[in-house]
Amino acid sequence: MSTQNVMATADIAARRRASVMAALVILVVLLVLLSLGVGPVRLSPLRVIDALFGGGSDVQQVIVREIRLPRTILGLAIGAMLGLSGAAMQGLLRNPLAAPELFGAPQSAAFGAVLVIAFGLADVRSYALPVAAIAAAFASVFALLAIAGRNAGLLILILAGLAISSLAGAATALVMNLSSNPFVVLEIAFWLLGSLDDRSFRHVMLALPFIVAGAVILLSQRHAFRALSLGEETARSLGVDVGRLRLMVISGVALGVGGAVAVSGSIGFIGLVAPHLMRPLVGHDPARLLVPSALAGAALLLAADIAVRIIPSTSDIKVGVLTSIIGVPFFLYLIMRERRALSGGVA
Amino acid sequence: MTDVALVAAQGLTVKLAGRLVLRDVSLSLSPGHLVALVGPNGAGKTTLLRALAGLVPSEGAIHVRGDALSSLSLRERARRFAYLPQGHLVHWPLPVRDIVALGRYPHGATDPARLTAKDAEAVLRAMQAADVMDFSERRVTELSGGERSRVALARALAVEAPVILADEPVSSLDPRHQLDVMKTLRAVADKGALVIVVTHDLGLAARFADNVLVLSDGRLVSQGAPAEALAEQVMAEVFRISAYRAEFQREAVIVPWAEI
Repeated sequence: MSTQNVMATADIAARRRASVMAALVILVVLLVLLSLGVGPVRLSPLRVIDALFGGGSDVQQVIVREIRLPRTILGLAIGAMLGLSGAAMQGLLRNPLAAPELFGAPQSAAFGAVLVIAFGLADVRSYALPVAAIAAAFASVFALLAIAGRNAGLLILILAGLAISSLAGAATALVMNLSSNPFVVLEIAFWLLGSLDDRSFRHVMLALPFIVAGAVILLSQRHAFRALSLGEETARSLGVDVGRLRLMVISGVALGVGGAVAVSGSIGFIGLVAPHLMRPLVGHDPARLLVPSALAGAALLLAADIAVRIIPSTSDIKVGVLTSIIGVPFFLYLIMRERRALSGGVA
Repeated sequence: MTDVALVAAQGLTVKLAGRLVLRDVSLSLSPGHLVALVGPNGAGKTTLLRALAGLVPSEGAIHVRGDALSSLSLRERARRFAYLPQGHLVHWPLPVRDIVALGRYPHGATDPARLTAKDAEAVLRAMQAADVMDFSERRVTELSGGERSRVALARALAVEAPVILADEPVSSLDPRHQLDVMKTLRAVADKGALVIVVTHDLGLAARFADNVLVLSDGRLVSQGAPAEALAEQVMAEVFRISAYRAEFQREAVIVPWAEI
């Protein structure tokens, strides 16, 4: 075999990845159009495009551009961020069962946000909510990595994550328990379920800067994840500053997940599921998994958010509830598949 | 040895979790040599390799080609030292070619799908030298232990670093593959690299190494050509064994024989 042949087989793999990416982009665009069209007033994709660019009736324009567009942008951005965070955490920890939601990051972010809501500081124009959520998410991911240590096995990570998310849940319950205002409690309870209902462009402005910053940080580290496939010590011997990489991933995940939770409440299991759906299509290379996982995450959340608007029910189904109902059985399936690694205690 | 030292250490001391693992080790090693690093379990062999590569903090001075190790960036260190750890762990089922291509990471080739012609040639040379061409497109997790350790070797060779640090590269291999890997490393040394190999196999050390370094309890207690460095007295004091000694095809033969 010559250099050309070795390069040629790599080219085939690259073309395959490119076509998967193209298909994902088309899927996401279709879901965006669908999401803009679905609701009490149903609009066809063509009408949606028309209204989006200033055509159609005034009512249609208001529905598409002011009511549904912010919700759709948030679904797209938050889903992408969750998928990206999951892939990044799995890359950092070299572990297919890693995801922010399993390690208590969204739960902790929710606690930070609930604290702000309970004290009446939450205002759609103030950055107190996302900042509190980001700080709490950062603290939780940092604590997890500190407790679990450098080469933690699957079991330790999951136990530590369970403890952290339980603590965040208990702290949230305590805040609700101590709150004297029943309306605030109800507001928190619904907010915790996770939803994209009635979000405006103010919400988009609140979350998007943090999500974009988090995504840029995570994507900038992509090649280091690949070197990390060989273990931390070998990665260091190849010139990767592993300590810095950890800090970057923690910061990126905290910014993105914190920003997302601040406007949507907690939407679980997209970060865990998205990378798993992509591995059979684009391979296991943790660097090449990031962008497809982000696209898959966006598609999953947009689809779930469309589904909650279509499923007939007497009261609104929250999208966070739907993703968890689907995500948890998937998690159980993954545990079943990873049984051997789990009972061995090492990843 | 009149040639200039490639790697030199003075007063190298390493403390891990409060315990002195290396004590005042000084050495000077030249290019074009295969050096075997031997010693009983816990003598500090792996720690010495890691300290030389700058992977553990150490006291004392390390120089590579006259430059202080502490003055070099992580990437520059990575270009000068190829490190082959024990165990050959790969966490994801990646194709062999991509694993080997990671050896070009210190040279800026961070994406195996976009290698420059120069990097692709280095990868090809490394895969040929370590004899992994037959399964270059297979996933590393599907390979046997012996095949996987050759992939790890190819990855280290692809760095094309002047210094190769290999930690027990033959420990899990059958005799034929042990000879094969040692011969590959020997050939790399003959082309001008400095190869330092940690091994428990005194026979292979005697057969292939130009120099043997004997570590005991964190100290460098003996060094020199295999027959001198592994003299009867050293074997007795450090390893607490006696050995059968002979010469075969003009190479030293040392076979551990009995405990003392």
